Amino acid sequence: MKTLKILVGLALVIAISAFAIEKVSVESTDGGYTVGDVATDFSLKNIDGKMVSLADYDDAEGFIVIFTCNHCPYSVAYEDRIIALDQKYKTKGYPVIAINPNNPKSYPDDSFDNMIVRAEEKGFTFPYLFDDGQKIYPQYGATKTPHVYILEKTNKGNIVRYIGAIDNNYKDAAAATDKYVEDAVDALLSGKEVPVKETKAIGCSIKA
Amino acid sequence: MTGYRILYVALSLVFCLSCKEEKKNTLTATEVYRNNGIEIPAYDFDGFQPLLNIKDGKVRVINFWATWCKPCVAELPYFEMINKRYPKDQVEVILVSLDLPSNVDGKLIPFVRNQNLESRVLLLDDPDANSWIPKIDKEWSGAIPATIIYKDNKSKFYERSFTYNELEKELSKFDL
Repeated sequence: MKTLKILVGLALVIAISAFAIEKVSVESTDGGYTVGDVATDFSLKNIDGKMVSLADYDDAEGFIVIFTCNHCPYSVAYEDRIIALDQKYKTKGYPVIAINPNNPKSYPDDSFDNMIVRAEEKGFTFPYLFDDGQKIYPQYGATKTPHVYILEKTNKGNIVRYIGAIDNNYKDAAAATDKYVEDAVDALLSGKEVPVKETKAIGCSIKA
Repeated sequence: MTGYRILYVALSLVFCLSCKEEKKNTLTATEVYRNNGIEIPAYDFDGFQPLLNIKDGKVRVINFWATWCKPCVAELPYFEMINKRYPKDQVEVILVSLDLPSNVDGKLIPFVRNQNLESRVLLLDDPDANSWIPKIDKEWSGAIPATIIYKDNKSKFYERSFTYNELEKELSKFDL
């Protein structure tokens, strides 16, 4: 009887282990901020040649920091939506700050000169900063473009309130049913908790 | 004797459950792009997902890439070599393009033709990425290149680039 119990037990172990999926994540790229962290300020060169810091914005209540670039089709697909976000929220205290994190040696399209060209073509209404030496994006933990960090200005610093995508349809703004960034900023403006704090999106890898 | 009967039932239960998983290996494409002899089927995530769950003893190497992604394009030849060098019934390489559908005719198909890609290429066209990225791996940020290697119930996910040797080393962990 004892042998029997052992055998049945063994069969169960086999049964269970056969269905346990061995999922191992290797080399996860994180590091960087999670929601609730204080985000670093920076001093980065804007396309007009001036240095821009978050501290320059006395009247801001927070920031929509977007890592984006010229060469990435996903970024390009979102350009008009990024402009619309800036137009909608700058006057309410949440300006867009766009940062190009890419090394132009890997992506010549993302050189500082080409940033100026693209910003003019599209009529960017927000600063488009160059992360010279690629020092800021790793601190934020941005892995791809576009990658959004919404910061709320508090007396403890700029606190990360949202990390992720702009909305849930990169192909078609009109078909997007969840506007993550708008929902987050609207919540912050009315003193509520951000409903969706983190989302995932396909984007162009920053590390080249 | 009853003991052995219970054991028999327990074991056959295990086998029955595993045969049930075999059923569906055909995927339903939402669209098929055809151009110059190249044919690329497009799937939404629901249509694509069964491909991550085929339990037939074959190792599947599923690489997420796009023509605009430089590190992806750089590692494609290694995936092609894997596809060429291993017997078809043991290893299958599947190149899952995340190019925008509007770029399939202009960029993806010409790329597949010019590079003479022999691995299976398909398009994953599902714009609600936040809903399906965590279903592929909950650690995946959504950056590409990314790769899944799986065989039956063993699966590994990689958000990184590969060299040929690194790929072979990972493959060797799947007892071919």
